[in-house]
Amino acid sequence: MVSVRSVSVTPGSLTPTDLLWIIEHREDRCTLCGQCTAVCPKGAIRLAHMRQRVPKLDVFNKKRGNDYRTFTGIRQETDPAKLCIGCGMCSMVCPNEAITPVAGTNENRTVFFQNLKGAPMTRGGRRNTTGPTLLDKIMFNRISMLTDPALDAGRHEFTTTTTLGRILSPEDFLERTLNGGWIPPSREIFPFIIGSMSFGALSPNMWLGLLQGVAYCNEVLGIPVVMCTGEGGCPPWVLKSPYLKYIILQIASGYFGWDEIIRAIPEMQCDPAAIEIKYGQGAKPGDGGLLMWYKVSKLIARLRGVPEGVDLPSPPVHQTLYSIEESVMKMVQTLSTAFQHKVPVYPKISASTSAKSVLNNLVRNPYAGGLMIDGIDGGTGAAYNVSMDATGHPIASCVRDCYLDLAAQGKQNEIPIFAAGGIGKNGNVAQNGMAMVMLGASGVHIGKYIMQAAAGCLGNEMNRCNVCNLGICPKGITSQNTKLYRRLDPDKVAERVGDVFMSINTEVKKIMAPLGRSQSLPIGMSDAIGIADKAAADRLQIRYVC
Amino acid sequence: MCRLALKTADEPFSPYEVLSAMESMQEGYDGSGLGLLLRGMEFEDFKYNPRFPILSGIAHTEKAWKKLTEYMELRGYELKYDHRFHMQPELIEAEDRHRYFMRAYRIPIAFRDQSDEIRDAELLRTRLALRKLATQEDNITIFSFYPDVAMIKEVGWPMQIGNAFCLHDGQIKSRVCMAQGRQNTNYGINLNACHPFFLQGISTMTNGENTAFVPIRDWLVGKNIPGYTGYQSDSEVFTHILHYTLKKLKLPLQAYKHIITPLNNAELAKHPQGDFLAGLRLACKRLIIDGPNAIIGTLPDETCLLVMDQKKQRPATVGGREGVWAIASEICGVDAMIPDRDPSLDFQPMREHTVIIPPHRKELEIWSQYDPFPLPLAA
Repeated sequence: MVSVRSVSVTPGSLTPTDLLWIIEHREDRCTLCGQCTAVCPKGAIRLAHMRQRVPKLDVFNKKRGNDYRTFTGIRQETDPAKLCIGCGMCSMVCPNEAITPVAGTNENRTVFFQNLKGAPMTRGGRRNTTGPTLLDKIMFNRISMLTDPALDAGRHEFTTTTTLGRILSPEDFLERTLNGGWIPPSREIFPFIIGSMSFGALSPNMWLGLLQGVAYCNEVLGIPVVMCTGEGGCPPWVLKSPYLKYIILQIASGYFGWDEIIRAIPEMQCDPAAIEIKYGQGAKPGDGGLLMWYKVSKLIARLRGVPEGVDLPSPPVHQTLYSIEESVMKMVQTLSTAFQHKVPVYPKISASTSAKSVLNNLVRNPYAGGLMIDGIDGGTGAAYNVSMDATGHPIASCVRDCYLDLAAQGKQNEIPIFAAGGIGKNGNVAQNGMAMVMLGASGVHIGKYIMQAAAGCLGNEMNRCNVCNLGICPKGITSQNTKLYRRLDPDKVAERVGDVFMSINTEVKKIMAPLGRSQSLPIGMSDAIGIADKAAADRLQIRYVC
Repeated sequence: MCRLALKTADEPFSPYEVLSAMESMQEGYDGSGLGLLLRGMEFEDFKYNPRFPILSGIAHTEKAWKKLTEYMELRGYELKYDHRFHMQPELIEAEDRHRYFMRAYRIPIAFRDQSDEIRDAELLRTRLALRKLATQEDNITIFSFYPDVAMIKEVGWPMQIGNAFCLHDGQIKSRVCMAQGRQNTNYGINLNACHPFFLQGISTMTNGENTAFVPIRDWLVGKNIPGYTGYQSDSEVFTHILHYTLKKLKLPLQAYKHIITPLNNAELAKHPQGDFLAGLRLACKRLIIDGPNAIIGTLPDETCLLVMDQKKQRPATVGGREGVWAIASEICGVDAMIPDRDPSLDFQPMREHTVIIPPHRKELEIWSQYDPFPLPLAA
């Protein structure tokens, strides 16, 4: 019997089986090369010296005894600060397939210790719920069969673009054309937009790769993809380049990077695609952006106009103005004026039961170029776990309500609604996006999906990896550490961006063709979709099918 | 796919001629309905004044009939002519048809010297009010209420319906006649789903199916314009878009095609009014149709038109000679209506064309979307 005092038990003592991810290590295959321990972003594994008892029998002298040998092997840390995140980099670098993390099947005891030193869990990623999303369950079931034969997705001409920006009613358009009035700017863009991920949240290589890929989509593939910067400003060389037209510049409550942007206006060769004013984010509604100090490198500090190595929490709301209505109105108008009313300006809000009131405000604001609504399944680079998992509103019903509200006023063509938050969560990006379009969105923003598909982000909704906030991204996607982000080749990211959008474009056609649609994006074509869930069908006013 | 036939001639003719053309295209419909629109009216037993609005429709019960006649009187409409069909009721499949009517009225005094716009609005209000009089038990169906236009719609085979109304007896003639033989598609067999659709003098009929129906309908309904109701058929939106183009936006007829099937970016870049048309495309984006469709229509001045959707998967044809022209969804329909024409001069419009038979009926006009747009503001 071992004495109680010799067992080290504290409230936080855990064994590997208590953990979310358990390292399986095969000592018979391990050559002790040390690559896994070197690559592990969390320091979750260590080389350990261990002692093993070897029975020693002296048969002739009829004595039993013990011998000991020491050996070196890999052991998993159980300290909550060093928990394995399941990223699998160890297994990726192991030359002998000697090590891999496996998901723990026991209940995850670590959740009870994710508040050490009084700090609740923060992480990157998105809401940790698995399984098919509501969008995954929507089927396109108004198939052209009789008088309108289905189309050939491969050979027929399709219009797969959407409009970003305010559109006048036909009456106003004619009146202003006749009297030389202002026609609000708009852009014809691909309805899948790379959502706002800041220069700062993303590594320079990731950002460069995305931009290269977007330029390739536009200039070579003819797919007018645009991407949004997020809150961190935009590198000056991009601001003064002809690629700015593919970029939506975001301004958020921290106003990071806007000194550079405003100063660059006289030198811009072209206008940006649009300006997005962020009021809210689906992953952490009511919370501002957060770039933790680990990621505020010299480059990022320069770009954002802040000191190096400090936390950059943006306030939850725009502080400079008295009320949200006034803020929206004035900011939209000010930014529109800054770009001489030639660039669409629109707000981004978190999906919420109050989204309709924001929308109705925008309807009456002639400078508002649209509304972007971000749902609870949206991703983020850094947020409190409780915000991500429990705060917010699913995107589908929020966008549907807003669309129907606009339709009741006959304004659905005037203010485009863009949707985000969980589009492509399980990989069905074109299907999810087109389901949103048929529910009434003019397009969708995809962020997490792009990180996963274009750069191999390892994060998932079983809380795998999700350490974007710490700057230790093992793939170099969300890190500002040169050693880490050099792992990511921007050319390869760009190539994947091209792959992704070519494939989405084809899938969009494969969805539209059987519905007999080719002339315009089927926005609000709710007769084309159904779901085998009566409650959801009733709520979304679509067909229940079974 | 429905079959469509239109004939227009200087000399009024019997609608039965157009029904015989429907017979030649019989493979294409299933007897789920016939719609007829007559314009440029002539009655054998009445010298019709073309300013008198004609109310066409069905009173499904005696009570409904009474309600309707009383209401019209109350509203100040003076009955000038009440056409009695020589009916053969046994040929009508439906049973709740108390009385088909085609009645010419003198418009109330207050409206006689008003502008066309005000009078048209009054006629539409009356038509909508009559529609509201209808109840589940005592139904009233109103097809049209407009000067010089009469309509008949019924469920059944076209020829059979023509015989039921004795349309061959020469009692009714017109200079323009549109007919649709309905192929039931996705929406139920319903009297109100029969084309042609009619609103304030503007009428269209269509074959094929418009898959963009629901978003277009939602947009039109949201405009809250009186008369933009019904939508028992996806094709009703074509009439309302034409009405919206001409009466609400007050654009020339050329704009219709630019609204329902706008040119693409590359084509607009070369167009002399490309910027204006791109703006129009954007402002009217929710009215872009998605066929395949052939759309045949008529306007109050007896102009007839034919346009195709962008995919151009329908073979609609126009043919004829000076003074008499025919448009049909199939060439055999044109043959049946005007056999003595030069078929080598027949024309099948392509995706960019609008075929116009002007009121003088001397020759066809063929407009292309690539032509300059005839509007000073677009320059």
